[in-house]
Amino acid sequence: MSELQLKDLYDGFRNPDVIKALAKAITDEAKNLKKPLNIMEVCGGHTHTIMKYGLKQLLPQNIDFIHGPGCPVCIMPKERIDHAIALAQMEDTILLTLGDMIRVPGSKSSLAVERANGCDIRALYSPLDAIQIALDNPDKKVVFFAIGFETTTPMTAALLEQVEKQGIANLYFHINHVLVPPAVDAIMADGQAKINAFIGPAHVSVISGAKIYQPLPEKYGAPVVVSGFEPIDVLQSILMIVRQKNEERCEMEIQYSRSVTLEGNIKAQVMIAKFMEPREHFRWRGIGDMPDSALVLREQYTAYDAEKIFADILPTEPIDDHKLCICGTILKGLAKPNDCQVFGTACTPNTPMGSCMVSSEGACNAYYRYGEI
Amino acid sequence: MCLSIPSKVVEIDDNNMATVDTMGIKRHVSLDLIADEINIGDYILIHVGFAMNKIDEEEALQSLEVYREMLEAMEEEERRQVIESDDQCDNRTQV
Ligand code: SF4
Ligand code: SF4
Repeated sequence: MSELQLKDLYDGFRNPDVIKALAKAITDEAKNLKKPLNIMEVCGGHTHTIMKYGLKQLLPQNIDFIHGPGCPVCIMPKERIDHAIALAQMEDTILLTLGDMIRVPGSKSSLAVERANGCDIRALYSPLDAIQIALDNPDKKVVFFAIGFETTTPMTAALLEQVEKQGIANLYFHINHVLVPPAVDAIMADGQAKINAFIGPAHVSVISGAKIYQPLPEKYGAPVVVSGFEPIDVLQSILMIVRQKNEERCEMEIQYSRSVTLEGNIKAQVMIAKFMEPREHFRWRGIGDMPDSALVLREQYTAYDAEKIFADILPTEPIDDHKLCICGTILKGLAKPNDCQVFGTACTPNTPMGSCMVSSEGACNAYYRYGEI
Repeated sequence: MCLSIPSKVVEIDDNNMATVDTMGIKRHVSLDLIADEINIGDYILIHVGFAMNKIDEEEALQSLEVYREMLEAMEEEERRQVIESDDQCDNRTQV
């Protein structure tokens, strides 16, 4: 087993010299671009990297970023958060979820407020922790409010497998797993966003395989490069995109080859398919209702499905965002956070009006933290 | 953010749970989603308590070196927090 060898190793993903050299290479190549290039970074993780390292400032004027819908917290519509709240308010219930979800405002309240009011609401580090909580509380109903893109879905499936294997009867699932490709399709089909290339989410692809992006270049004439999250990963991906444009190619390429393959993690895909199937439709915050854009538990697992078992207490009305909040327009690639009237004034990370400010991967949050680009 | 620091497997138990070492911090993760055989010494990428895939050793060492420089400057507690939130992405446990 070789140990770390400092001097022999590659310079690192944040090395300023490498960043400068890449920025220069992009600037040189970009001189030959026939049209300005608007690149959508689909995933919030990339928005964060671009803002944190000021990558936009390093690039020539004819390259701009359009922030995409790739954050599971940002795209959760208020009625789903109201579901979580209604479930948490049931008697003898423990509601479990992951992370930032707790602070996102629903129509009247948030999970954080309900927790302060005495509901038993817990944020998990790993979905697997739900098992111990269910075993420790046999008299309670434990509900897992599952969120996330393709990245997190297999973890929920692995939890279901354990629940089934161990015969745990008091753990229920409220599934909010959504899928990247339908959202990208909807944004492109809408035709308003001026997008000529995509940076594809890396970790989604670790699971699903880069193959899920293969149709995009042909369909929309926009190259896709699946990129890692380091500044050097992102810059290298941009260079790959600019080169494709100049060479009049339009392809799906993988920059993040240290983790992503074309096929992805097949075992995870099989496990997801065992428990879940495409949902007829799911309403995304800001983008609206899209067919097959999310997953639902298969019929034979209804006994675990909180949405079916507790259906009578779950509100069904779709609820729109606060009138001033333009998260929807931002998620569709038509506006930037500083176009929002209340950005940084009425809406800040401490007083968020919309989920794009709550989520640590949200575009508004990134702009607030790292300043304008 | 999901930088995904590569973690090295140091122990595997009967429940398919591995103990991994991420830059000196020990964690327990499930191997349920991995089809490849995982051995002690392998590097894996982790997301919310699960190994997502096995990473090529050379690539793993390269990224580790970068993280090592960043994290070395931090105090133990701070480092633990950074590492634990690293593979969380959308799912940070901070409230
Ligand atoms: S989990 Fe990470 S990789 Fe996946 S969409 Fe969120 S930020 Fe991007
Ligand atoms: S700044 Fe706040 S209110 Fe405006 S779009 Fe972003 S989250 Fe919504």
